[in-house]
Amino acid sequence: MSFVQNFPFFSIILSMFSGIVSSVLPAKAARRVNLFLIVAVGAMSAILLVYLTGTGEPFVYWMGHFPAPWGNEIRAGVLEAGMALFFCLIMLLSMVGGRRQLADEVAENKQNLYYILVDLLLSSLLALVYTNDLFTAYVFVEINTISACGLIMIRQIGRTFEAALRYMIMSLLGSGLFLISLCMLYDLTGHLLMSNIKESVAVLAAQQEYTVPLMTTIGLLCAGLAIKSALFPFHSWLPDAYGYSTVSSAAMLSSLVSKGYIFLLIKIFYRVIGFEIIAQSKIINVLFVFGLLGMIFGSISAIQENDIRRMIAFSSVAQIGYIYMGFGLGTEAGMTASIFHILSHAATKSLLFVAAVGLTDVSKGRREFIELTGSAYRNRMAGIAFTVGSLSMVGMPMFSGFVSKLLFAQASIGHAHKMLPAVLVLALSTILNAIYFMKTVIRIYVPDYRTDCKTITVKKQKVYALTLVCFMILNVALGMLSKPIENWIHSGLAMFG
Amino acid sequence: MFGPNLFTNYGEAVAVILFVIGFSNLLLQKNLIKKIIGLNIMDTAVYLFLAEKGYIRGRVAPIVVNGVQKVEAYINPVPSGLVLTGIVVSVSVTAIMLSLTIRLYRRYHTLDLDEISTMLKKEGR
Repeated sequence: MSFVQNFPFFSIILSMFSGIVSSVLPAKAARRVNLFLIVAVGAMSAILLVYLTGTGEPFVYWMGHFPAPWGNEIRAGVLEAGMALFFCLIMLLSMVGGRRQLADEVAENKQNLYYILVDLLLSSLLALVYTNDLFTAYVFVEINTISACGLIMIRQIGRTFEAALRYMIMSLLGSGLFLISLCMLYDLTGHLLMSNIKESVAVLAAQQEYTVPLMTTIGLLCAGLAIKSALFPFHSWLPDAYGYSTVSSAAMLSSLVSKGYIFLLIKIFYRVIGFEIIAQSKIINVLFVFGLLGMIFGSISAIQENDIRRMIAFSSVAQIGYIYMGFGLGTEAGMTASIFHILSHAATKSLLFVAAVGLTDVSKGRREFIELTGSAYRNRMAGIAFTVGSLSMVGMPMFSGFVSKLLFAQASIGHAHKMLPAVLVLALSTILNAIYFMKTVIRIYVPDYRTDCKTITVKKQKVYALTLVCFMILNVALGMLSKPIENWIHSGLAMFG
Repeated sequence: MFGPNLFTNYGEAVAVILFVIGFSNLLLQKNLIKKIIGLNIMDTAVYLFLAEKGYIRGRVAPIVVNGVQKVEAYINPVPSGLVLTGIVVSVSVTAIMLSLTIRLYRRYHTLDLDEISTMLKKEGR
């Protein structure tokens, strides 16, 4: 066994230890530990990705001295290593981009708590990506929920407390459903390791025994994770949570937290139930319909918003709808499109949040559109970055959003019943996205000759400008280098199950 | 649906009914403390379900006494481990929810989430 195979375990343990150690460190040291951690885990994931691309097959790592089916396992393949690397990259850029806001909005003595929460969030994301055991997945889902709640309420204004409470309520509803369905699945199959559960489920499905309990269990698993990742009717907590928390939190919540649950759902589809059983069940039709409704109603709510950050938050509801529409198509092309959209949305949404804070900073901290008129002339870099993000969301070629929409359209062609609704709603949501994003871009570029607002140039905020440039490069890279990324997703899904 | 299995497995049926009671309390109650109680009922129902599933008639708890070491003398120990993990998770989230409730109560002097939303909209921040 080569040394590189220890890296998934090292990543998870290093993240948890950093969190524990940061509890006794002052704020500056905790920040340095956090940055070092993200860079280290990113480097380890990159080396692991190169190694796995070389060997071409996944490996299983025993956690402890007991073999399957009694012990715990983590499993790493090309898809998992790449996702871990991508999550680290987004987390690094979000943390650096929101650093100034963090110093302003969080009390001095509580800043090290923020870094503890981010370290634990990273550990839970890595564990969700790598785990091969369903109950470990539940435990880390809960750690994810708790750290995300902490990220929302670290900024202590009334709005964030209410947002955090609403978030916890909805999230715990989802956790409860997930837990009872996983207990029922343990009851049906007698195993907790994902690969073993899949074999038992295949036997049960072939012999047509316990069909009703099996379908109920699958339905509850999907419902639980869909509630947690804010699929359409369950998104009421989202605008407050993303809109009023500090910028790094909003960027990380929208890009990483919901994607962790969606990645777990993909893992359950492939590695616990088996993709053929899922594709034949009626559950993906329900996910498809809710995805379509989310795409439309998220965009309609965004058009009615008057506050830039809540508008971006409602746009997230629509984008999560895209991902579930891809699941609902029930084909491998649909899953590839959904995974590409996870990457594209994470890169674009965090860019939008970090750019929006630059725009509000030069408008005396006000977030309504009337106050943001002409702010792109006062903070040029943020204006350009916001424009790039908006163009990507709308689906302009050369940016990552175009490739996602193309993949979704290609995946839905040829489907008997789902092609027409998918393509129609895709077109409709592109128009709606263009309405509210382009309206904002036009407004920030309308010249407004105020003299009472400050101007921010690149010289004044070098690190912030550098972060925005990195985000834009990432977006364009996803848009133009999409073929190698699609190949990576294909090979990852092939060794996923 | 109401076959003979339902009456043999009445423990699991009660657990699912309790789960639904807890779930609807967490979702629909207006009072925050009652929501938290609903959360705890929901989680406890899952533990009851797991405990029922671990039990095998005629056997004892999985602690070795009198040197009896054969597998057939003890119940399934795995669900008990799952219940312990679940209890830890439940306590942690209850603590967070309660601390948020205390914060909101000190600020707005009400335990009703809808009233708090209305007050927040009025004060605008």
